[in-house]
Amino acid sequence: MCQAGEARRPLPLMFVWLSACLAAVCFLSLLFGAGEIGPGASLSSLLGMREGAAQHAEEAAFVIHELRLPRTMLGLVVGMALGVAGALLQAVARNPLAEPGLLGVSAGSAFAVAIALMLGASAATLRVSVAQLGALGGCLCVLAAARMRGVGNDPVRLVLAGAVLSGLLGALTSMILLVDQRTADEIRFWIVGSLAGRHLEDLQAILPSLALAGVITLLIGRPLAALALGERVAVGLGHHPRLVRLLAIGVVALLVGATTAVAGPIAFVGLVVPFAARALAGPDIRRTLWLCLPLGPLVVIGADIVSRLVVQPSELPLGVLTALIGAPVLILVVRSQRLPTL
Amino acid sequence: MTRPSYADPVDSHSQETVIATRGLELAYGHMAVVRRLDLALPRGRVTAIVGPNGCGKSTLLAGLARFHKPHAGAVVLDGRDIQQLPSRELARRLALLPQEAQAPEGLTVAELIRFGRQPHQGWLRQWSAEDRKVVDEALAAADLQSLANRPLEAMSGGQRQRAWIAMAIAQQTPLLLLDEPTSALDLGHQLEVFELIRDLAARGKTIVMVVHDLVSACRYADHLVAMHAGDVVAEGPPAEVVTAALVRRLYGIDCTLMTDPATGSPLLTNMRRTTEPLTGSAT
Repeated sequence: MCQAGEARRPLPLMFVWLSACLAAVCFLSLLFGAGEIGPGASLSSLLGMREGAAQHAEEAAFVIHELRLPRTMLGLVVGMALGVAGALLQAVARNPLAEPGLLGVSAGSAFAVAIALMLGASAATLRVSVAQLGALGGCLCVLAAARMRGVGNDPVRLVLAGAVLSGLLGALTSMILLVDQRTADEIRFWIVGSLAGRHLEDLQAILPSLALAGVITLLIGRPLAALALGERVAVGLGHHPRLVRLLAIGVVALLVGATTAVAGPIAFVGLVVPFAARALAGPDIRRTLWLCLPLGPLVVIGADIVSRLVVQPSELPLGVLTALIGAPVLILVVRSQRLPTL
Repeated sequence: MTRPSYADPVDSHSQETVIATRGLELAYGHMAVVRRLDLALPRGRVTAIVGPNGCGKSTLLAGLARFHKPHAGAVVLDGRDIQQLPSRELARRLALLPQEAQAPEGLTVAELIRFGRQPHQGWLRQWSAEDRKVVDEALAAADLQSLANRPLEAMSGGQRQRAWIAMAIAQQTPLLLLDEPTSALDLGHQLEVFELIRDLAARGKTIVMVVHDLVSACRYADHLVAMHAGDVVAEGPPAEVVTAALVRRLYGIDCTLMTDPATGSPLLTNMRRTTEPLTGSAT
């Protein structure tokens, strides 16, 4: 971290570095898969070399363009959204453990989708706004819990409250799936959290809300940073904390709802990414958020690549992998002698 | 070593005032905490608000900074009711340092001070050369240049408090409100902070602070506002208003008053708790 008397590393430099790493990981994501098309065949297909049977080359092109490319693009968007959502939620709750997956925001989103499906909605078109409404409900529960006496000022207790909410919503979702066969069939592939089998059209459906979220985030960056100094100081600097918190919560709901709609609930990304970004850029959220943009997809796509390779020829669900990465980080944060205050 | 006399008597009522209250009433729910208060605090001076715990002094400060909406009456800043001022405009006129302000871990002194520029920034006016200059000046004023890149948690309590005050300096407000700026500091660090406050007043800033310790308030303030149970019971230069009767009314102690030979400010000696019932209203 920052030594005494030494200024922080410049933000643009770190951003460029991480983006370069991300580009490399995206490239790897196009090369590796659980199927028969190995990195060699993928590379030659990408470079336009046609060696071996024409049929084989065609198959490689199909796998790369129709399966791995959408998957990588989705990882890019989902990673950015979840990283930013985590950083925002942590700033609003003033709690380094506040993570959309841990606190029940994703679970609220999934539950809302399950209900909508049970009530007869079927098209994926409905899913985005329903998931966002569910996420908003989850966010408001988190905010209410954070304001409760004895919960809000203790980061670990807030996570416990979130685990209770997540567990409850998860149980209710499972109940719906058990009762309603049609919903179960529609939702099963989606509920674990995965980037596989999605199309670029799915991505298009969520881009408007992500753009809106980005604009609002840019608008509230400065007051959000001031909130880290406490409510009174923020007011003293001429800000309106209540409005800023509300807008930030809205952004979290937009982001988490959108990602849950396309990729299912993916936990821990919103914890790991801001944690790493703070370690690199310091506590100011205006700096942290910039680094979350490359770091989020780096974690998600990286985890997705691993998920394809560890149990070949099948795949691990992405949600399982992010949990494997995230759980140790969670323990690290909790065990560190002084829980960082935000 | 002789110290300058801080408590040189001034007739506060003939001074121009920056901030004043007119029939100000502050309440929590239906419980009045500050009652019908008419105050006029002198420009370019240090005013200390003193009184026993729960007398309403912190609430009064919060009211002056518009954290507390008046139940009745008004706070008047430069001739205008503060309720009428837009938030950013208010933040360019007065800065408030709350008690025990907390910064996120890892935040450096320079980063903290930069926050003070926020009321002067906007969408069209991002970080500028002027902002940089003001931050450098604030660092120099608080004597923190060599610590600019140090995280706050790695500094002493006195240095940390000076950093917070430097943030308020960077806000470039004519008026600075401080809520117990030296609570939880040892004697050396208290002096460090009070001397910075005197420095700022010498450069023309108007300072209003809540102070726990009456003797420090007498030594470092030009103007004293003594509160008891929501009312101002004495107001004026410390050497004039601090009497044995006042100390007894405020804190329920009997004492002998002396004059500090170095500064001319009142000193309390021979203190003991009053055995007779208090004269003030017991709330």
